[in-house]
Amino acid sequence: MREIQPEEIIKTVKQLCIDANYHLGKDVIKALEEGLKKEESPVGKDIISQILENDRIADEGVFPACQDTGSAIVFVEMGADVFVKGNLFEAINEGVRQGYKDGYLRKSICDPISRKNTGDNTPAVIHMDIVSGDKLKIAVAPKGGGSENMSFVKMMKPADGIEGVKSFVIESVRQAGSNPCPPIVVGVGVGGPSFEKCAQLAKRSLLRPIGSRNPDKFYADVETELLEKVNMLGVGPQGLGGTVTALDVHIEVMPCHIASFPSSVNICCHSDRHKEAII
Amino acid sequence: MAEAIKLNTPLTDKDIEGLKIGDKVLITGEIFTGRDTAHKRMVEMLDKGEKLPFDIKGQLIYYVGPSPTRPGQILGSAGPTTSGRMNKYAPRILEAGSKGMIGKGVMAVGVPDALKKYKGAYFIVVGGAAALISKSITKAELVAWEELGAEAIKKFTVKDFPAIVAQDCHGGNLFVEGVKKYQKI
Repeated sequence: MREIQPEEIIKTVKQLCIDANYHLGKDVIKALEEGLKKEESPVGKDIISQILENDRIADEGVFPACQDTGSAIVFVEMGADVFVKGNLFEAINEGVRQGYKDGYLRKSICDPISRKNTGDNTPAVIHMDIVSGDKLKIAVAPKGGGSENMSFVKMMKPADGIEGVKSFVIESVRQAGSNPCPPIVVGVGVGGPSFEKCAQLAKRSLLRPIGSRNPDKFYADVETELLEKVNMLGVGPQGLGGTVTALDVHIEVMPCHIASFPSSVNICCHSDRHKEAII
Repeated sequence: MAEAIKLNTPLTDKDIEGLKIGDKVLITGEIFTGRDTAHKRMVEMLDKGEKLPFDIKGQLIYYVGPSPTRPGQILGSAGPTTSGRMNKYAPRILEAGSKGMIGKGVMAVGVPDALKKYKGAYFIVVGGAAALISKSITKAELVAWEELGAEAIKKFTVKDFPAIVAQDCHGGNLFVEGVKKYQKI
């Protein structure tokens, strides 16, 4: 058993919250640069240039890339041979608290009815898996409200098949239109033995680098086909029309119940933020 | 692309009538911030016949909830939030004398009619380009409802704040027109 102190988790989560909000990944910048070349609309080109300039300014570390510094979504893969001293979830929430305070990040979490802010961006959303080994992997993915609002779960019929998934994804992106800050990354969940697991697959798929493909060739081809199709919708950068609506489409798959065929769409804005660390 | 139109706030009916969708504008003067909760409160005040915390005549409302300000800075990141959430409130704000809104994403329901009726325009700035936008804001002052934090009403002094006319007082809608041009499925 390898023992990990809560202080180390707090420090790591804090830094991940800050890094994710100021420093966009190389894959995101590369995808935007390619998008700039591909975009046919002059207004769309102008918008992508502004986004690239924005991301460069954010990288200097003074202004977060977006003022909506998101809900703190945290994915944990804990090795079975790891022992965390104290309460892991409390340590993660403390890391979020410190990261959002010291990183000058916006606290966006509030009571659903009174709308009173919790004041420290907690509670974090924590997805946890136990894996082999003695390491602790933590990924933080701040998720903005505008794009999260454009999320859908559909309990389809098994007879709908992959074509059902395709039309669901395309119509979801059409319906989301200008709202989720396109160009977007489209996360898709196919299957999962329950409603909430399906939604989680779509969210998890957003952690993959832009340009990566599902290891299963069948789904990899569907990703490529869907990317091409959603870019034919004409939504374009910021929804003002254009040929670059999405930077990528990611699909994650899991077995499902024999009576069910859930599918989910979780959209990420162009500020596709996520950072990970291994302790 | 055509040269940007310079706008100085407060705006007049004539300023608005001269704008059409796709126009690039540079806004100089003062703009007021407000989003979900501030709008709910403003509309409640108007319904009760009370005076708003600032003179709204000719002014633009920017839908934004900035990130916290670092010491030595004027403001944190201050990009637009999704405007559609304010569809319910915007017509009432225009009726009260505002000349328009700044945000991101399409505005619908009663908004296009209200833009025609009260002579208003809806401007957009690039969503998620928060760090870049903050560079054209030279001063930020609290106007009302500090307890709302990022949602409080603030007065921004802006110089050449770059925006695009997305929906005008003539019924034009850049979202509809733009998408039509590139839509293949």
